[in-house]
Amino acid sequence: MSSVMKSTTPGTADPLMIDGVQYQSRLLVGTGKYRDMEQTRLAVETSGAEIITVAIRRTNIGQNADEPSLLDVLPPDRYTYLPNTAGCYTAEEAVRTCRLARELLDGHNLVKLEVLGDEKTLFPDIIQTLDAAETLIADDFRIMVYTNDDPIIAKRFEDMGCVAVMPLAAPIGSGLGIRNPNNIRTIVENAGVPILVDAGVGCASDAAIAMELGCDGVLMNTAIAGAQDPVLMASAMKKAIEAGRESYLAGRIPRKRFASASSPVDGLFF
Amino acid sequence: MELVINGKTEQLPDGINAAQLIEHLGLANERLAMEVNQEIVPRSSFDSHCFKAGDRIEIVRAIGGG
Repeated sequence: MSSVMKSTTPGTADPLMIDGVQYQSRLLVGTGKYRDMEQTRLAVETSGAEIITVAIRRTNIGQNADEPSLLDVLPPDRYTYLPNTAGCYTAEEAVRTCRLARELLDGHNLVKLEVLGDEKTLFPDIIQTLDAAETLIADDFRIMVYTNDDPIIAKRFEDMGCVAVMPLAAPIGSGLGIRNPNNIRTIVENAGVPILVDAGVGCASDAAIAMELGCDGVLMNTAIAGAQDPVLMASAMKKAIEAGRESYLAGRIPRKRFASASSPVDGLFF
Repeated sequence: MELVINGKTEQLPDGINAAQLIEHLGLANERLAMEVNQEIVPRSSFDSHCFKAGDRIEIVRAIGGG
């Protein structure tokens, strides 16, 4: 959602609004790929994120029996859980996953919808995603949708009633950064709902660029969890999101071909 | 009777209900959700939901993901 340029005193409240709820942090983080639960907790806390994504999986998969559960480490009364439909390749799988997530989280109906097209790219299958979104919206879900960087499709998801649209910057886990900044900018300019870059960020400057393009937030997982020092990268990302947001609101100087002296010419004594 | 639980076929007593199954699997203290033949069974109905032979049961929880 493109906000009107406004004079903002540094540090004043500039909340992210999603589906009528205010969040202070514009960084949303995933909880996958960490070494263990303690590292997950430390990185998430350091990131300052208030919305965290989780996956829904069979009880006998993906966790050691003696390890604390994610819900113990990151309590749902402190974080807004955003269950995802990662791993779903059809609308039907995604709808089932969301319904299980809602039951698991006591009726919490905010979900991240993603329906994937193939394993190599993890690009979204837009036909299946549209189909799933329609079913889920009719079933009273609030949807933040992972999509490609196509402005036409992004608008379509908004018109259907998705509460946020989340174009990829680059393939999931690729760390390639914002590959198509002009499309992201166009999506932001067209939007009436929050636009968050989801996937593809590799380092803090990528996150800042997303924010400088006018995105309302960034959702990332691998860029933090896969860093040599995930907790330090979580700290870097927090700052990058804040810096990028302020830079966007401040309004950058135009690019010029030639120099423009910073010191006055008047008063030179030679 | 035979039930398919998270993709694995298992033998369980006839007429077992959802609450008993969760107890049997050692998941009584877990935050989880269940679907039977692709329909959600709410936790509030676990005591009253009895399985039939051949039911396909999925029991899921939240884990780390992006």
